[in-house]
Amino acid sequence: MFLYDFTELTSSIHEGLVSSLGEGLLTTTIEFVIAGIAYLLFFAIFGLFAVYLERKVCAVIQNRPGPNRVGPYGIIQTIADFIKLLMKELIPIKNSDKVLFNLAPFIVITATFLSIGAIPFDKGLQMMDFDIGILYVTAVSSLGVLGILLAGWSSNNKYSLIGAMRSGAQIVSYELSAGLSLMTIIVLAGTMQFSEVVAGQADLWFIFKGHIPAIIAFVIFMIAGTAETNRGPFDLAEAESELTAGFHTEYSGIKFALFYLSEYMNMFVIAAIGTTVFLGGWQPFQIPGLDGFNTVMAYIPPVLWFFLKVFVLIIVMMWFKWTFPRLRIDQLLRLEWKYLLPINLVNLILMATCVLLGWHL
Amino acid sequence: MNVIIFYILAAVILVCSVLTVTSRKILRAATALMFTLIATAGLYFLLQVNFLAAVQLMIYAGGIVVLIVFSILLTHHMEHQFDLAEPKKAIPAALAAIAGTVICISTVLQFDFTSRLAEQTTAPDVKLFGRAFLNYGEGGYVLPFEVISILLLAAMVAAIMIAKKNKQ
Repeated sequence: MFLYDFTELTSSIHEGLVSSLGEGLLTTTIEFVIAGIAYLLFFAIFGLFAVYLERKVCAVIQNRPGPNRVGPYGIIQTIADFIKLLMKELIPIKNSDKVLFNLAPFIVITATFLSIGAIPFDKGLQMMDFDIGILYVTAVSSLGVLGILLAGWSSNNKYSLIGAMRSGAQIVSYELSAGLSLMTIIVLAGTMQFSEVVAGQADLWFIFKGHIPAIIAFVIFMIAGTAETNRGPFDLAEAESELTAGFHTEYSGIKFALFYLSEYMNMFVIAAIGTTVFLGGWQPFQIPGLDGFNTVMAYIPPVLWFFLKVFVLIIVMMWFKWTFPRLRIDQLLRLEWKYLLPINLVNLILMATCVLLGWHL
Repeated sequence: MNVIIFYILAAVILVCSVLTVTSRKILRAATALMFTLIATAGLYFLLQVNFLAAVQLMIYAGGIVVLIVFSILLTHHMEHQFDLAEPKKAIPAALAAIAGTVICISTVLQFDFTSRLAEQTTAPDVKLFGRAFLNYGEGGYVLPFEVISILLLAAMVAAIMIAKKNKQ
C-alpha cells in the first residue's frame, strides 16, 4: 500500500521514465516538472483551504457564522474570492520602482517554496533530503523578509515603508529564537537531516523524549514561528488600524494574492517544521510498552498523521491570532531580546546537560 | 544536467554581479547582490557541500543583505540616483579594473584543474562540526572560533554605544 511508504511509488515513476526515455536530461527534466507541478497544486489547494479555515475559526471565536452563502457551509467562498482576485485590475503605481515592485511578491513566494521542498510529508515523500535539512529550512525561510523590505520600499509610500521596517526588525530578531529552539532539538536528535530526525522519533516523539527542555523549546518555537509569519499578535507589519495594510498597501490583484498566499504557506511551513521536529513528523503516536495501542495507531497512514498534526498546530496559530491583541513594536522586541532569547540559551544548556547525563527518555 | 545547471548559475552570477556595480539605484544594486550570493550558494549545493551552502544563504543572503537593505531603507530616498562618474575618474578606474581582471584570470588559468576531485570520505554530520569548532587539539578550530566571537561581540558593544550616545 503506497500510503504507508511512498518510496515504492516514487521509484516506480522513476523507473518507468528511465525505461521509456532512458537515463539523462529528458528524464530529469520531466521529474523536475512533475515535482514542481505537485508542489504548485499543493500550494493552491492548501492556500484555498487555509483561507477558508481561518475565516471559519475566526467566526467561531468571534461568535458569528462566518462565510455561509457560497456552497454548503460556504466551502466555495474562497474559490470565488480567488477568481475575483484574478480578475482584479493590477494598478500600476506612478513614481514607484517598477522592477523591484514587481519582483518583491515573487521573492516572498519563492522563499516559501524553497523551504517547503525539504519537509518530509511521508516516508519517501520529500523533494530533497539534505544532510543539513533543519539548517537549510531556517536559512531559506529568512530570504522572504527581503521581499517584504523591497515591497515596502519600492511602493514609495510611508505606510508601506514603516510596515517593511517593522517586519525587518521583527523577523531578524525572531529568527534567532526559532533557530535556537530548533538547535535544542538538534542536540537531542544528534542530526540535522529531516529523515533521520523523523526516524529518531519512531518509538516516542521528541517533545516527550526531551520532556522539560523540549516542551520549553516547543513553546518558544511556536511563538517565534508565529512572529516569523507576520501573523497576529505579531502582525505589526500590516497593522490595518494604523498602517492601512503595511507593506502591501499598494499591491492589488494577483500580486496581492501572492503575498496573502505566502502568509498562509509560511504558516504551513512553520507548522510542518514544528510537527517534524517536535511531534514526530509522520510517525504515529506511540507509547513504549503498550503494544496493542501502538499497532492500532500505526495502522493509520503516516500522511494522515502528518497532516493531522500540522492541522492542529495551524489551528493553534489561528487561535493565537484571534485571541491576543497586537503587540507594540517595543513590546515585541522586549519579548524577544529580554525574555525569549535568555530563556532559550539557558534551555539549550539544560538540554545539553540532559543529553550528556542521559536524563532523556 | 549538472553542466547545464552550472551554466545557468554562472550566468546568473555574472549578470547579477555586473548589475550590482552598474546599477545607479542603490536598492537595485543590493537586490542584484542578493541574487549573486544566492546563486553562489547554488554552486555550493551543486558541489554537494550543503553545510557551506546553507551558511552562505543564512549569513550572506539572509543576514548581510538584509542589513544592507535595512540601512538603505533608513537613509535613502526612492528617487535618489547616483550620477554617472566623470571621465576624469572613470578612465583610471576602468584601467585599474582591467588590470585586476587580467592578473586574476592569468593566475587562475595557471592552476591545474584536471581531476582534483577527491572522493568524500566521511559524511559530514553535526557531531563532526561540533568537534571541529570546539576542539583545541588536532583538527580543532577553537582559537579562530573564539577570536571571531570576541570580534563580533566587540562590534556589537560598539554599535550599541554609538546608538546610545545620541539619546543623552
